[in-house]
Amino acid sequence: MKQFQGRVVTPGEVTAEALVTREGFNTLASFQMALQFGDKEVKCGDQNNHDLHGKPMIGKALCLPQTIGSTTGGLVLYCACAMQKNPACMLFANHIDSLAAAGAILADVWVDGVSMPVVDSLGDEFLDYVKDGMKITVKAGGVVEVE
Amino acid sequence: MILTKEQQAILDGEKGETLAKVMKTLVMYGDAFEAEKLVPVTSKYNHLVTSFGLKVMAPVYDLMQQLLDAGVASEQKFSVDPRPLDKNVPANILQKLVFNKFMYTKQGFYEEQLEKLGLMDKDAFSCTCYMDEVGNKPKKGDVLSWAESSAVVYANSVLGARCNRNSGIIDIMGSIVGYVPYFGLLTDEGRKATWIVKVQTKKKPEAQLLGSAIGMKVMEDVPYVIGLDEWIGTELDDAACAYLKDFGAATASNGAVGLYHIDNLTPEAKEMGKALIAEGAKEYIIDDAELERVQKSYPVVWKNPDATPKLCFVGCPHLSLEQLKDWTDKIEQALKQSGAKKVCIPTVFTAAPKVLEAFEKTEYAARLKATGVITSYICPLMYMNNPFCKKMPVITSSNKLRTYTSARYYTDGEILNAITKGGK
Repeated sequence: MKQFQGRVVTPGEVTAEALVTREGFNTLASFQMALQFGDKEVKCGDQNNHDLHGKPMIGKALCLPQTIGSTTGGLVLYCACAMQKNPACMLFANHIDSLAAAGAILADVWVDGVSMPVVDSLGDEFLDYVKDGMKITVKAGGVVEVE
Repeated sequence: MILTKEQQAILDGEKGETLAKVMKTLVMYGDAFEAEKLVPVTSKYNHLVTSFGLKVMAPVYDLMQQLLDAGVASEQKFSVDPRPLDKNVPANILQKLVFNKFMYTKQGFYEEQLEKLGLMDKDAFSCTCYMDEVGNKPKKGDVLSWAESSAVVYANSVLGARCNRNSGIIDIMGSIVGYVPYFGLLTDEGRKATWIVKVQTKKKPEAQLLGSAIGMKVMEDVPYVIGLDEWIGTELDDAACAYLKDFGAATASNGAVGLYHIDNLTPEAKEMGKALIAEGAKEYIIDDAELERVQKSYPVVWKNPDATPKLCFVGCPHLSLEQLKDWTDKIEQALKQSGAKKVCIPTVFTAAPKVLEAFEKTEYAARLKATGVITSYICPLMYMNNPFCKKMPVITSSNKLRTYTSARYYTDGEILNAITKGGK
């Protein structure tokens, strides 16, 4: 087990299975088809993301460097949360980008009954260490345990 | 973040619960970027990125309704990105079925919401809201709460306004409270260039290709471009602005650029010159071979890479009036050379409704129509989001459309050749 210290963007504590990408996460491309056509597993639809394409994202601890792509990204993430089709948490190696921050915050403030903790600035070492399927525990204060 | 008494009062709920939530959203957004304060939005108009009544986006329309029900609409009127549908754009029965029955079923409802929230007018649908004909052109130094990436990069770079690359919904929230968090591209420090890009091509670089190369290299950083003025001049005339519109959209979509400076051309570069370059800036040299390498690196995602194109889109971002005229001349000449009367691939040129209205008043409109080209106010990206359109071999000279859809990128010259001579 290894522990990483990040910064809390939106609060919460959760335990979930890791889903990891080392490429930028295109929020619109990843969620669009799954949300539009009611995919219960919310499989990643971004054909350019070699790590995630086709893998279920719902309920996972999504580990990523940052998000990329359309500035609709934030509202797409907000919609995923409002429809309860979101990852369990989002864990960023880098400082969070403005689109992901907006989506996470919109969900935190405007969606009742859904919690998606978001922690950023976990560092490159976090992404080097974490692998798909590892158990992730997000604790208060931006502490992330990986085992 | 330090708030003024007025801002704190809003956050504390003195002007109602809904406005307090809007303020909380902006404060948390600012905190995520260590913003020290909120600053007033000073532009005359706002611009929203969300223009589509996509069924799946129901939570967005619910949120908009909460704002309307609470009576917290913005004092700023706004323009919005292009509409997703236009019956003039070719679509088969299956595509139409998906558009109308599964995808954009909320379009009418959402447009009613937009009107109540403060839409400038019924034709204020374009990603190029800053065109003179549309009338949402910020002044230098204006602080904006915009989100459309191609408009943000244009406003920052060409107009000298100040705006971060915000997400949809954040755009309307900043406008409603009249404040945005002060960080990133709003600050002098955040507008300094951390990349020096040297353009050393032997011919005028294709705008959408140069922007793509720079975007993919610098990602969200600010580039200072040297050598481009040799090709597009030192004055922001119609041609230079159209070039920078297309260039900027490619930097913003192929990377995440929100601001660029062009040596001797864009307003801040003209004022401050190389003093805009941050210490330790990295360097990227672009020559013709580099542009060729970048173009060859684009994946072809068509099922059959040798398929004959079934549709061509030009105008993402929307074309300017001068671009429409210029294309008309070029297509006529090329058709004359090939001995044909009409384009051989169904071709759609997209522009803002007000730009198309102005174009219709010129003698060019009838000439372009005679070549078979269709004009539309549509957003090609929203057309391509239809799964049945995705499967179709579509060509475009937009690097933004290429990035987000299955459309294949050709340079303007290659597009001209393809639609008039059937070549590649």
